[in-house]
Amino acid sequence: MNKDTITSTRELELYFGPQHLGMVGNFSITLKVEGDRILEATSNPGYLHRGFEKLMEYRTWIQNFPLVCRMNVVEPDSMEMAYAMAVEKLAGIEVPERANYIRSICLELARVGSHLFGLWAYSNLLGFDTVAQWAMYHRDLILDLFEELTGARVYHIYIWPGGVRRDFPNGFKDKIVNTLHSIGSCVPDYDSVFFNNRIFYERAKGIGKITQEEAKKWGAAGQVLRATGEKFDIRKVEPYAAYNKVDFEIPTREDGDAYSRIWVVRDEMIESVHMIFKLLDKMSEGEVYNRVPNPFKWKISKGETYVRVESSRGELGLYMVSDGGDKPYRVHFRTPSYTHGLIILEKLLKGASIADVGNIMISLYVVAPEIDR
Amino acid sequence: MKGSILNPFKAIRFLWKKPKTLRYPFEPKEPALRYRGFHLNDWGKCTGCGNCDDICPNEAITMEVISELESKPEKGVKNERPKFDYGRCCFCGLCVDICPPGSLRLSRDYFHIHFDTNTFVFLPKDEKTDKEHFLSKEKYSIFKASLEHRRRDYEGFTSDLKYSLFQPEREPMPQVKPEERILSFVEQVIGYSKEEAKKEASRCLECKLCEEACPAHLKISDYIRAIYEDKQEESLKKIFEDNPIPSICGRICMKHCEAACSLSIRGEAVAIRWLKRFVADSIKDYKKALELKPAKLTGKKVAVIGAGPGGLSVAYFLRLKGYEVTLFDSLPGGGGMMRIGPPLYRLPIEAIDKDVNYIASLGVEFRFNTTVGKDILFEDILKQYDAVYLGIGTTVSRSTKVKNSDKCLLALSFLKENKIGKDVKVGKEIIVIGGGNVAMDVAREALRLQHMQYPDQKVVTKTVSLEDWDIMPATKEEIEDTKAEGIQFNPGWGPKEAVLDEKVNIKGLQCVKVKSVFDEQRRFSPTFYEDKEIFLEGDMIIEAIGQGSDFSFIPEELFRKLEFTERRKAKVDENGQTSIPKIFAGGDIVNLNLDAVTAIADAKIAAEGIDKMLLMRYR
Repeated sequence: MNKDTITSTRELELYFGPQHLGMVGNFSITLKVEGDRILEATSNPGYLHRGFEKLMEYRTWIQNFPLVCRMNVVEPDSMEMAYAMAVEKLAGIEVPERANYIRSICLELARVGSHLFGLWAYSNLLGFDTVAQWAMYHRDLILDLFEELTGARVYHIYIWPGGVRRDFPNGFKDKIVNTLHSIGSCVPDYDSVFFNNRIFYERAKGIGKITQEEAKKWGAAGQVLRATGEKFDIRKVEPYAAYNKVDFEIPTREDGDAYSRIWVVRDEMIESVHMIFKLLDKMSEGEVYNRVPNPFKWKISKGETYVRVESSRGELGLYMVSDGGDKPYRVHFRTPSYTHGLIILEKLLKGASIADVGNIMISLYVVAPEIDR
Repeated sequence: MKGSILNPFKAIRFLWKKPKTLRYPFEPKEPALRYRGFHLNDWGKCTGCGNCDDICPNEAITMEVISELESKPEKGVKNERPKFDYGRCCFCGLCVDICPPGSLRLSRDYFHIHFDTNTFVFLPKDEKTDKEHFLSKEKYSIFKASLEHRRRDYEGFTSDLKYSLFQPEREPMPQVKPEERILSFVEQVIGYSKEEAKKEASRCLECKLCEEACPAHLKISDYIRAIYEDKQEESLKKIFEDNPIPSICGRICMKHCEAACSLSIRGEAVAIRWLKRFVADSIKDYKKALELKPAKLTGKKVAVIGAGPGGLSVAYFLRLKGYEVTLFDSLPGGGGMMRIGPPLYRLPIEAIDKDVNYIASLGVEFRFNTTVGKDILFEDILKQYDAVYLGIGTTVSRSTKVKNSDKCLLALSFLKENKIGKDVKVGKEIIVIGGGNVAMDVAREALRLQHMQYPDQKVVTKTVSLEDWDIMPATKEEIEDTKAEGIQFNPGWGPKEAVLDEKVNIKGLQCVKVKSVFDEQRRFSPTFYEDKEIFLEGDMIIEAIGQGSDFSFIPEELFRKLEFTERRKAKVDENGQTSIPKIFAGGDIVNLNLDAVTAIADAKIAAEGIDKMLLMRYR
């Protein structure tokens, strides 16, 4: 027996997902392992390819609006926002002041909901079932708010070109405040059971570590980048909606590991809630929708644009080209999960143990539908 | 911070707390008031326009013909209703936001469980039209909930005009202000600029209900789209396929289309007439824009009597088919009633001549100042031509025939004199009898003449009509304009006697109160309260109570063969042919609408009929 055959007998190929308990979403990773160590990881997207970008080329400007949100289940609003922004920029549509505030509130609520969903996945994976149940319950309270505001729980189809689809219903302001207070009152519980739990620290500290240079080089965004100490947030860099009207902090951590990332997520949720209160205080009465042209005749003059918004997972970009017709000529989304799930995940998994695959993946907040589109 | 390993035990206290999970369905959760669930459709309001079908991003909607329902094209109602495939529907609610009548809504129901996938394709109704499947709160059970077992008054996401996908308001038409326009015959409606026309054209949803309502079935949505796309030539071509007098119709059309427009239900109809006028006015040279060439001559000759909208149209259509057409008219120019009826502030002579000249340029021969029966005999025309079209219209004003009515003026002679003759010398206090559009025209024209002839003096024009406000035959728009110009109305009074003074000049009009205008069969038969009278002062009375036709040019022998309907209209078949084979007819002597666009529709039919007859006989 020579040396090569010995290694080959010890090396195994392991399919992690799509049918795997540790996998969240329709996604899979092929692992080459030696014992418990991962030698090489290959991401396999494609289980959820629906061809949205192509579909959008065959639908009119307004027909695309109910479509884009479906690209991301956990936080559809940032998709709607990016689409609305791109169309508004290309067609030169102004958005009323109040609509901008409502958009920001909506996006922040969605961010909290999305982070709670991510927290559910992460804590569930680490075995913190209690925290997972809490997070899911609190997310449901936010979905109740969305149901009240938009008429749907998951796919809100609410932020559309020209503003938002309907104004706040009666007494909605108070409802937001009450719901957020009741969620906020549970932060100490979350802290004691999860964030300040020694087990969480031991499981996450130093796992999936990434340096600031690497993060920048590999195209990381959102909490992955902020967990390395970089204060980068599209809401500050390129303010959209009403983000330039309020003051808010960008939470960061220094270590760049899973532990830091989850703490950034926690701090971000709290910051978002504070921001919603500030926005609610500042928003004025007025119109919320500037009527767009007749959908059957709407053509947008030739041009191209790139817009970006800060989604709950990082920078979400949308490149859109119009050839002067009634439909987009080409649409391309830059989704944060794409870089996180395909590039960074593969690199971070190298040398990690099998038990940490899900840990790393969910701390990067990889959302499969966003990768495939 | 590393935290303590004992921290999680703090969660143990939750063991004694009430669970947050709802025990569904025993503890059902009410959906939000705006919930986007299954569709509701008020069939009474739904017009079948199909805009929901067009906007649906998933092609989940198809329009199904419902044979029990009646189509009413003149009211803009089709017997089609949307059918939803819930395998495709994504509940986005775009169909709700585009629905012009607002009949389509989403409910708060969202249950449907069934083995048969066909049940997921569904024709929604609402509790108003479907009492069987929409149940009260007591009868409704969540265990039976399905598309067939729904709750009453369970409306969710509804249509709101503020957030609709269509623009309910019309682009305002610039008009000369009432106090300014009464001083001269300046055209009241200024007309859209290119930008305004484009903006107005952009409102059209292309549901084509208007095309079915238009008697001449103009391709309205096509020509409006062409305006929106800045292709005025193409738009004009589309109009000329069915209507050769857009400059005239763009000003005076009775716009049956706008009454059917789906946007008119909750907003204002697309200004179809003004858009047509914009196209006609913006193109200076029809010939260059249209590039129409008549077909090779067939060698057949057709005579058209009356150069009104019908006569002009039949001449145009036949000329394009290659017939030699000669038009006879007693007036010095084309247009017929259009030339003498509509006052200059509404329809200037240049606008009429633009259309007439184009038709003449195609090779149609016009014989103006030729009264058939006097200058040329009808029998001779019948001999010389292969077919004759009667488009003679209603040219004789009726009189009230009350005492001293011979001292009154008749509407048509008054209008004609002002338009193509010399201005009539008017009094300072004019009484106009009638409540129709012609009466409004007469009153408004009389007021202008008063202001021109007695500048800076007090002048009064008043109308008196049998009909009260609610049944006044003039259009609302016309009544509003008339009121705005300061004309007084006396609705519900019938003329009894024109009162004269010692010098046998008119002193005023004695009127009696009207009890009812129509009898039980809706026939015109006014009754009065004989004891209630008023006296209206005035030095001039003009009667505008309707017109009749003059068939005296037709020799009696022939006239006897001509059949008429019960409502004293010339009887024609589906080809526009009268009971005398060689004679075709259309316009006011045939239809009850008594307007230009219906005359064009009749002309189109007759042109086809004449073509069919002559081709069949000679080829």
